Amino acid sequence: MNIDMKNIRPYGDTLNDGAVQLSFTLPVPAGEEAKEAAKIMATKMGLEDVSVVYMADMGIGFSFFVVYGKSTHSVDMTVIKVAKVETNVLNFYQVNDYIREKIGRKVSIVGACTGTDAHTVGLDAIMNMKGYAGEYGLERYPEINAYNLGSQVPNEELIKKAVELNADAILVSQVVTQKNVHVENLTNLVDLLDAEGLRDRFILIVGGPRISHELALELGFDAGFSVGTLPPEVASYIVQTLADRF
Amino acid sequence: MEKKLNLDLNVIQRGREAARKIAKQVQDDIILPNTTVTVERTVLRLLGVDGVDHQDVPLANVVVDQVHRGGELDKGIAYWVGNAMAAKKMTAQEVAEAAAREELHLLDIPTVSYDQIKQVIEVEAKRWTDFIFEQRQERVNMQKALGVGRTPMVYVIVATGNIYEDVIQAQAAAKQGADIVAVIRTTAQSLLDYVPYGATTEGFGGTYATQENFRIMRKALDETGQEIGRYIHLCNYCSGLCMPEIAAMGAIERLDVMLNDAMYGILFRDINMTRTFVDQHFSRMINSAAGIIINTGEDNYLTTADAVEEAHTVLASQLINEQMALNSNLPEEQMGLGHAFEINPDLEDGFLYEIAQAQMAREIFPKAPLKYMPPTKYMTGNIFKGHLMDALFNLTGVLTNQHIQLLGMLTEAIHTPFLQDRALSIENAKYIFNNARHLSEEITFKQDGIIQRRAQEVLNNAVNMLEEVAELGLVEAIETGMFAAIKRPVNGGKGLEGVVAKADTYYNPFYSLLKGGVE
Repeated sequence: MNIDMKNIRPYGDTLNDGAVQLSFTLPVPAGEEAKEAAKIMATKMGLEDVSVVYMADMGIGFSFFVVYGKSTHSVDMTVIKVAKVETNVLNFYQVNDYIREKIGRKVSIVGACTGTDAHTVGLDAIMNMKGYAGEYGLERYPEINAYNLGSQVPNEELIKKAVELNADAILVSQVVTQKNVHVENLTNLVDLLDAEGLRDRFILIVGGPRISHELALELGFDAGFSVGTLPPEVASYIVQTLADRF
Repeated sequence: MEKKLNLDLNVIQRGREAARKIAKQVQDDIILPNTTVTVERTVLRLLGVDGVDHQDVPLANVVVDQVHRGGELDKGIAYWVGNAMAAKKMTAQEVAEAAAREELHLLDIPTVSYDQIKQVIEVEAKRWTDFIFEQRQERVNMQKALGVGRTPMVYVIVATGNIYEDVIQAQAAAKQGADIVAVIRTTAQSLLDYVPYGATTEGFGGTYATQENFRIMRKALDETGQEIGRYIHLCNYCSGLCMPEIAAMGAIERLDVMLNDAMYGILFRDINMTRTFVDQHFSRMINSAAGIIINTGEDNYLTTADAVEEAHTVLASQLINEQMALNSNLPEEQMGLGHAFEINPDLEDGFLYEIAQAQMAREIFPKAPLKYMPPTKYMTGNIFKGHLMDALFNLTGVLTNQHIQLLGMLTEAIHTPFLQDRALSIENAKYIFNNARHLSEEITFKQDGIIQRRAQEVLNNAVNMLEEVAELGLVEAIETGMFAAIKRPVNGGKGLEGVVAKADTYYNPFYSLLKGGVE
């Protein structure tokens, strides 16, 4: 297939057909006018050959649409640069060996779901003994002292604990957020660390479904990990960064 | 109900016996000898105290704090407020207002006799408990007139942070087919040692539970219920540091369902054990009198641990919740014991294990309006697969005759639900419930097949665990991390400073009055 990397378009069933599916609700009653409004909305999003394949009344004079169209836009892949965590990924045994050889003492890691977030799924996947998808969590690593502080931990409390436990790294998890409250909360943590002159003392990491490494850097963190990250990836990053800092 | 799992009744009996022993010890050693600041604030609320002072501190807090600071809360706030009412010829509300203006100190008033105090208090207390019974009767009348949804009843959540926006979403959900609407609380509320006041429009991931917000939503759902010809149940959260106060507010405003677990606060919110056990007891007495269905939080055991390995902890907790609820006079018909569909979707035959667990709960608690929770842990952002997992969850719900089905959202783990997410979820559930309506009556499970063996194994593990806990005592079991692998010391946790050992003369008229409500 002859794909033009300077002009990537969405793929439906034919190269460059630009096929896109989307769904949304408009605050108007279902009807021909509403359908037309949905079509115009999709056109303004840059779609052509728009077809509103489904419309449903939402019960309070609002309507829901499923819409197909062809995107008129294309993307130049050749100029894209994304910040990524660049360290090598070591396995469970390699991480522990690396700590013994290069660091020579136990590595201390503190993790928490901060602010209002009560969802510990991501943090537990990385930290709990059992781990995730067949990979042990950080608590299982003999050379790591891992402290999972749980959910809804205030930033102040997290910093206090990190200092108390002499942490090398702080892991922050943000799963469910509303109206971008996670960004505010993460910024607040960096501000607090800065204000107390503690920012350079810790490797600061954030993880969550809406987190990218790029966003993490932008917010003043050292690294960001998204959905699907496994414990050894995080551990590898921490131990190698730590060794580099010595 | 047909029994399909070939469960050993003797083993179930052993489990209940162990749970009874566990609950009795907690009742005798922890619940009966103690009271808490929120129990006492509840007494004030049930005597008609409402409102806040000039700094937005609820009057119930102002009065209780005054007596607690003076070290005299062990006699019960009813004693002190009754004394003020009798001596000053004031209502409880007037006493509270005067205390808020710092014109009155309850401990400085010369004391009258116990008889005089009881006389003024009993009249007021009876008036408010009668009002709760009236509200209960009002629910019965409305449900008779309007009808209620068929089981599994469709339970959805609204969580905008703004009560007026919640109303729009809740009314839409009801029109789309929801039977129960829960207004999620703003996430930090469970750790507030007071109940905020008035209508609120700001919250994170949810909306403050306030009496005014209850009233606004109740009115809106009654209107929609009239319009569509179906009673819409309203649910909120009777958990955290103000369990009984929320229960009282819910009883007064005719809520229908309340999250209300005996151990959730201890394990998952690090609230002090004594505080939680005492608070849950009184809150359940109120819920019982008000005819409110409680929902317990066993799903939480599976979000933090593996749903296959830890399945027995769910049943163990259900049995403990059942016995503690019975100690609060709460009938089985109001025990919405919780469980969840949280097994890893990649596991071969995982669906069979889910059916085994759900059917087992149905058979062990035949009268309970079981509350079934959807997949959350393995929801990834792949909304298409998520919708499919919710479909299997719904099929399990109708196949095993669950009573309350908390619908999963395809956008779980991404954001609080959009209007369309909720509509799609309701459509999913309605389609499956209708399409497989009588499937459960047509199906039996193979003798000694995977489903039967799985249920028997989980039951055995649960009973073994309960017997071990009964031997140790619940306090020590929690201290050593036997539940959810979380360790909580008896003298740790939030809210301990609000626990008070009762004096011999402790007075609280509601413990006996509330029992009058059970038909």
